[in-house]
Amino acid sequence: MLKQTEGSKAVAEAISLCRPEVICAYPISPQTHIVEALGEMVKAGRLTPCEFINVESEFAAMSVAIGASAAGARAYTATASQGLLFMAEAVYNASGLGLPIVMTVANRAIGAPINIWNDHSDSLSQRDSGWMQLFAETNQEAVDLHIQAFRLAEELSMPIMVCMDGFILTHAFERVDIPSQQQVDAYLPPFEPRQVLDPAEPVSIGAMVGPEAFMEVRYLAHAKQMQAIERIPQLAAEFKQAFGRDSGGLIRTYCTEDAETIIIAMGSVLGTIKDTVDEMRLEGHKIGVLGIISYRPFPLAQVRAALINSKRFLVLEKSLAVGMGGIVATDVRMAVTGTGLKGFTAIAGLGGRPITKASLHKLFREAEGEALPPVTFLDLDWEAVNKQLERERQTRRSGPVAENILHDKGIVSAKFG
Amino acid sequence: MGFQPVKFYQTGTFTVGNRLLAPMDRSVQAGQTRSNSINSGHRACQGCGEALGARYAIDAAMAESNNQLIAVNATGCLEVFSTPYPESSWQVPWIHSLFGNAPAVATGVAAAMKVKGKTDVRVVAQGGDGSTTDIGFGCLSGMFERNDDVLYICYDNEAYMNTGVQRSSATPPAARTATTMPVGPEPGNVFGQGKNLPEIAMAHGIPYVATATVADLRDLEYKVRKAMKMHGARYIHLFVPCPLGWGTASSDTILMARLAKESGMFPVFEAEHGEVTGVLKIRRQVPVEEYMKPQKRFAHLFGTHARPDMVARIQAIADRNIRKYGLLEDEGN
Amino acid sequence: MSKPFAITLKPGTSLANLTGTWRTERPVYINRLPPCNNACPAGENIQGWLFHAESGDYEQAWRVLVQDNPLPAVMGRVCYHPCEGACNRGQLDESVGINSVERFLGDEAIKQGWKFDAPATSTGKKVLVVGAGPSGLSAAYHLARKGHRVEIQEAGPLAGGMMRFGIPKYRLPREVLDAEVARILDLGVRLTLNTKVANIEQSMKQGGFDAAFLAVGAHIAKRAFIPAGDAAHIVDAVSVLRSMEGEDKPMLGRRVVVYGGGNTAIDVARTAKRLGATEAIIVYRRTREKMPAHDFEVEEALQEGVMIKWLSTIKQAEEGSLTVEKMVLDDKGVPQPTGEFETMEADSLVLALGQDVDLSLLEGVAGLEISNGTVQVSPDMMTGFPGIFAGGDMVPSERTVTVAVGHGKKAARNIDAWLRGATYQPVAKHEIATFDKLNPWYYSDADKTVRPMLDMIRRQTSFDEVQGGLDETNALFEARRCLSCGNCFECDNCYGVCPDNAVIKLGPGKGFQFNYDYCKGCGLCVAECPCGAIKMVPEET
Repeated sequence: MLKQTEGSKAVAEAISLCRPEVICAYPISPQTHIVEALGEMVKAGRLTPCEFINVESEFAAMSVAIGASAAGARAYTATASQGLLFMAEAVYNASGLGLPIVMTVANRAIGAPINIWNDHSDSLSQRDSGWMQLFAETNQEAVDLHIQAFRLAEELSMPIMVCMDGFILTHAFERVDIPSQQQVDAYLPPFEPRQVLDPAEPVSIGAMVGPEAFMEVRYLAHAKQMQAIERIPQLAAEFKQAFGRDSGGLIRTYCTEDAETIIIAMGSVLGTIKDTVDEMRLEGHKIGVLGIISYRPFPLAQVRAALINSKRFLVLEKSLAVGMGGIVATDVRMAVTGTGLKGFTAIAGLGGRPITKASLHKLFREAEGEALPPVTFLDLDWEAVNKQLERERQTRRSGPVAENILHDKGIVSAKFG
Repeated sequence: MGFQPVKFYQTGTFTVGNRLLAPMDRSVQAGQTRSNSINSGHRACQGCGEALGARYAIDAAMAESNNQLIAVNATGCLEVFSTPYPESSWQVPWIHSLFGNAPAVATGVAAAMKVKGKTDVRVVAQGGDGSTTDIGFGCLSGMFERNDDVLYICYDNEAYMNTGVQRSSATPPAARTATTMPVGPEPGNVFGQGKNLPEIAMAHGIPYVATATVADLRDLEYKVRKAMKMHGARYIHLFVPCPLGWGTASSDTILMARLAKESGMFPVFEAEHGEVTGVLKIRRQVPVEEYMKPQKRFAHLFGTHARPDMVARIQAIADRNIRKYGLLEDEGN
Repeated sequence: MSKPFAITLKPGTSLANLTGTWRTERPVYINRLPPCNNACPAGENIQGWLFHAESGDYEQAWRVLVQDNPLPAVMGRVCYHPCEGACNRGQLDESVGINSVERFLGDEAIKQGWKFDAPATSTGKKVLVVGAGPSGLSAAYHLARKGHRVEIQEAGPLAGGMMRFGIPKYRLPREVLDAEVARILDLGVRLTLNTKVANIEQSMKQGGFDAAFLAVGAHIAKRAFIPAGDAAHIVDAVSVLRSMEGEDKPMLGRRVVVYGGGNTAIDVARTAKRLGATEAIIVYRRTREKMPAHDFEVEEALQEGVMIKWLSTIKQAEEGSLTVEKMVLDDKGVPQPTGEFETMEADSLVLALGQDVDLSLLEGVAGLEISNGTVQVSPDMMTGFPGIFAGGDMVPSERTVTVAVGHGKKAARNIDAWLRGATYQPVAKHEIATFDKLNPWYYSDADKTVRPMLDMIRRQTSFDEVQGGLDETNALFEARRCLSCGNCFECDNCYGVCPDNAVIKLGPGKGFQFNYDYCKGCGLCVAECPCGAIKMVPEET
């Protein structure tokens, strides 16, 4: 059923259709609307049977989900940013225990400085947590990915984060096709846990494992994600059959057949990139787009195959490995090892900095001309940065960076300065 | 009304069993078919109070729940000594997640049971004093506040024993731990204002809060069974001496628990909805010295550089407990 | 369901880890000798019979009791219960009223008509027992139960010896004594009354006896030289008490003076009071602290109005009066004359100065050693003449009914062995379960039950029994005050307190067993065993 609705509401509808049995809710922007909507559904009796639990922290949210999942319930929660970090220990634990929890991450920057706007720092900080991470490009895809995520997570007994850009998607009103309950029920069978806490058949879950078996346990987690590489396209294909649309999968290419330059990105920015590429195509540029949906497991072979016929690529990512550069870019470079492809990295949109078509046009052209440094910081205010660097060279107590920059830019607190 | 001891059948209800009692009045632990929730072969130290307390408590919970029990365990000695791969001592469905999240995990399990309509399956969460009073305190408070259907049992041995005897917020004043060494003008742990978890639990107004020790099995079983008859958040704070951490003989574990109670250092009581409803009276009052002297963690307060002033301050704590909870039998009774 | 590797484990699999290897010491179940048992002259297994009484199985309790002592109803009245003096509970509150429970069991047995177990198959051996006092009856009983044919030859007209002719009725009603004697005779023991054995060797030969046990007691009153006028009325306590059993009660008058400080002096003074004496005065040369009579008997006598003149000796007796000299104790506690005299009015003087043994039956028997008026016996109770054993008051020892009963049992065991050409090997005694071996915390607080006493008027005017018995409820209560020192009473503490579940409970009556596969040797079971029935022993290297 088509609906003009907010992304968060659409996702909440999708979650509800997946019949979660335990939902843990803790407010943090920009995820909050999702659990609010779910809470209302549960309270109204529209989502039943379901336990909606207002927990006291994200750490508790994930922990409650762990308990529920281990006891055989389909468990869901959502978080973002600081919240994801606050639950980090439990995030690793959920995957370590092999519990198929599905969690929405409404991607948001991590402070300090505190910032509520979108980038991918939060999810990517949990890159090695053992969770699978699927990135939605649109609200429709966010809806669809959640349905697929439950299926995949439960098949493999591994948790999945469905990542959607905070505000850009979560708070955007768009037309979304919400599937019917029958459709979802047909696609997503009831949760049949691989292990369950059951008095009839006691098990001890969460043993202490020493050097004699720890590596094997880690490898088995890796092996599961490798299995997911196989299953994700199959599940997407099944999904298409059942729901009639392309959604999910490992990667999605756009105009790459003859592309010499391929722009690689994750999430909603792919929309702006595609628009820019469309415009450039009209001007005859041989440029294409590679969207990565499955960040973990990372589809090395598929990425390599998508890039192999191009000449160069630019990874545009909303994340920064401080002291190194790109995070996604590192993985992409790994995928093209030995191909001789020229690769560039652009760090963009951190903390919600708008990524404009104008900037992209300029950036992509420079990429085509291979006129970029290895790492580019898109739309960085060099003047402000340099001023601060200069201040720091001169004065030991040079003051707070962010405030200084705002002051330099003449924004907000300038009038108090 | 607290635990009602059988006044006189030779040993009444002081001993684990009593052949003179009617079978229905006997303890769970006396039964040949007790569940032995923690099986032999666990790797707890000799004379471990926690291993004993956990079996006492969980067996009672098993008995009361007709073996329909799921146990959640925080990281700590109990978890480590019971489940090192490839062997588990647990005979109940059991999960260990993290150090600080056992109450929340238990909430999740309880929620799962509720949503699945398995109302007969009950949930117990357990952790040491470190996980309960410190790192897991937030989750515990949350679980209490939501009144989730979980019985949480804290096995209090008054320090982080698993990591090598470091101070926790349950460590008593003046006690030696690896992080409160008996040196300087104020040796051992600080005289803080303490962190009375049972009272904090009571402040949540949850249906049931109780303290107990491994020295009073029947009282403990009564409390676990009573707690298991209730729903909502329930808290039992079980005092379990640690021979390793306290520097006591492995054979003195129960004696230490008994002296803690008899000296007033550890008040044994129960409370419903935030109000104290029963107190286990002191039977043979002893000065705190009698409790402290056998423990190496207090050795610096006695002997050549004795600190009677610090012992007196600890006695004052015991005296306050005695007054506050009315631990002595009324005069003339 | 294929569980996740390593992080999920099967339940209870720690059994593969045998923690018993950690142990340097191991607990072992032991039996220690309860102090009561150790103190009992009759060798009763007191803790053993109390164990059954605790659960209300009085018949079983009685059966365990009579394995050692066939006279519980008598014992429960006349025994001075050294067991209670030794009882560990005395260090806790008050000793267990063992004697009162014993009496309850004895009385219950009479009431219910419980009989002894039939004797073992006959050995064909015949044993002569001389004297039907406590020692003789005890020996006869034990010998009969071992399958020997026993005949008791008794000089007197009735069985019981000093139990009948020395102990007043108000302490031991005769129907009680008769019932217990009858039960022994029911075992097939032959009792021949009014038959004084004049020559033991002859009697044995005549009757074809293979062995003999002599227990003739000590019935001859000791005399002291007291200058006395012809009209002075001086009698001895043995005669007075003996004549109480006959038709003619002794004539003692209104003012009776008893000379002596033993239990017999008390008995005769109290008897005199009951016979109508307005004054019954005991004259004793030392102080109350030094008096050999048991303090509770002194106390009861004083309650009944018996008077005692301390630190006095009788120097002269005339008709109606006595001359008494005051004494003082020297620094060694020996009374010394002071030269101060006084006169007491007295219608009669009863001498209670101890008794001697009539050893005439032993005249001419080879190898016997007589010393201080008693027959010397070896530790196996045999006299110097092979096959002749002796016990009770006629051998050197404390002269109490209980000691006599003990002699009878001990002699019977040795006679039995001797008859089989063997030597009786007593079972080695366990170490004593002293109070420090116990963990008294576990015992409920329970004060001793007070036995009812007859009202004072009847105590002073009748021979009704002074001390009452316990009823079922308080006998049960009293039995349950037993700490079961040194012997497992199945409190389940070891089973409960083991942090390693290394104690196996075998079930009611079967006790426990250690599972050394898992026992880490922490010693908690030992520390928390209330009764000291477990101990730690070093592991062998």
